[in-house]
Amino acid sequence: MQEKELIPHLYRAEFRKITAVLGKVFGIAHIEVAEDIVSDTFLLAAETWGLKGLPNNPTAWLYTVAKNKAKDMLKHDSIFNQKVVNEIKYSSSELHEIEIDLSGKNIQDSQLQMMFAICHPGIPAEAQIGLSLRILCGFGIEEIAVAFLSNKETINKRLFRAREKLKELNVKIEFPPEAEINKRIQNVLTTLYLLFNEGYYSATRDKVLRHDLCLEAMRLTYMLIENESTNKPFVNALLSLMCFHASRFDARTNPKGELVLYDEQDTRLWDRQLITRGEYYLNKAATGNEISKYHLEAAIAYWHTIKNNDEEKWEKILQLYNKLLIIEYSPIAALNRTYAVSKVYGKEKAIEEAEKLNLNNNHLYHTLLGDLYFTVDPHKALEHLNQSLKLSRSAADKKIITGKIRKLDLEKK
Amino acid sequence: MKEFVLIFRNESVGEIKLSPEGMLAVSNEWMDWMGGIASQGKLVNRGARLGAEGKTVKPGNVITTGPYAEIKEVIGGLTIIRAESLEEATRMAKGCPILNVGGNVEVRDVIPMNG
Repeated sequence: MQEKELIPHLYRAEFRKITAVLGKVFGIAHIEVAEDIVSDTFLLAAETWGLKGLPNNPTAWLYTVAKNKAKDMLKHDSIFNQKVVNEIKYSSSELHEIEIDLSGKNIQDSQLQMMFAICHPGIPAEAQIGLSLRILCGFGIEEIAVAFLSNKETINKRLFRAREKLKELNVKIEFPPEAEINKRIQNVLTTLYLLFNEGYYSATRDKVLRHDLCLEAMRLTYMLIENESTNKPFVNALLSLMCFHASRFDARTNPKGELVLYDEQDTRLWDRQLITRGEYYLNKAATGNEISKYHLEAAIAYWHTIKNNDEEKWEKILQLYNKLLIIEYSPIAALNRTYAVSKVYGKEKAIEEAEKLNLNNNHLYHTLLGDLYFTVDPHKALEHLNQSLKLSRSAADKKIITGKIRKLDLEKK
Repeated sequence: MKEFVLIFRNESVGEIKLSPEGMLAVSNEWMDWMGGIASQGKLVNRGARLGAEGKTVKPGNVITTGPYAEIKEVIGGLTIIRAESLEEATRMAKGCPILNVGGNVEVRDVIPMNG
């Protein structure tokens, strides 16, 4: 690998590991100091390696420098040192007693604990995703800004508030007690799922970045599976769901970066390998007797990987949506269920069900009704599609709706 | 929005033997109906199905077997929903599959209990 590519590569791979370990040593109140030390380490690497050439083991170099910088910080900044030492509650306050352990095991543990800390229920969801991207995934502020279609200042402010909140709540970087894991992990999974969706559905045109977001969410979910106490059936279900969705990543945008709807996708672009991975984790999820919403969503996603459009497929999908909605209502599940109703019982029945949904302010609701009325009553379809156009915000959505309206006009002639 | 209990009653005809396909069809019918209510965000609690076994306890240490001492109809289950009015709740009950097999649905408003 060329040096030019090596540093960004190492940054993505190592930033989060060192930050997690230092953050764990310093405590959540000083997480920013940990981030700064690691950033400085990479700056120094860029300078030094450019002048003197690459060290034999660049990763070990980074670990040593970061470790020394952290120790210097503790040694020379006595105020910081006092604060940290007080918070760490070490029996001895001798500096050299503070160990910075960058072994694989401790890196893994620190990252998992950091995940639980960041996904604390007291932090707003949007901030959790931002912090996760920064601290758990090693994304730069610029990248986060692009992902959120925002700017650096806004993201910095958002991260600042999130860090303040962690401080205020005095969140500990530790594993929740065994008895609480099932409860606390739910919030972690919600964040990972949102992170995945951010990549999958993000309005940003940067396909590489969106792909990275999905992969990062999958990587973090996989970390939970690798760890015995968090390797729960519903975690496997979530990873399975992500694999099935990700299998269509390339099929759902065309070369121009525009969204391609499920029915219009080239199924040859579906990633067989990811589908197989998804099936593997779905099988792993099928233990115990709890059926979580992730199980149901993974099963729905599984049926979407089946290419045939026969009645059995949609009957299964409809029943799974019924179960999902009974466990937990969400507008998107309600809309998708109605689509499944149309596939099983026909458009008239689906229209009847759709009109009870009471989602008048949702542009997807009007897109669905536009689709259902398409051949049944083109005038009504046009009304709904126009309404949808008015409510939609992203350019990609508007493009799809306009395309539908154009088709509709042709058919009316 | 108020909560309502839907109480499903049917004539007691003992155990009906259905083929696996028949059972699946009945189950799907119920799930479609309940899923329709849930998709409006109006399912509070899917409730429970009741079995055929039971006893009735009466004053004076009198215990009778079965839930159906003097009446022919038995309660087969119940579900709690949310609706604007009794009229809306009644409309929602109209799709209940028990009506296809000669049963009925009683719609009752729930009085919230404080404390």
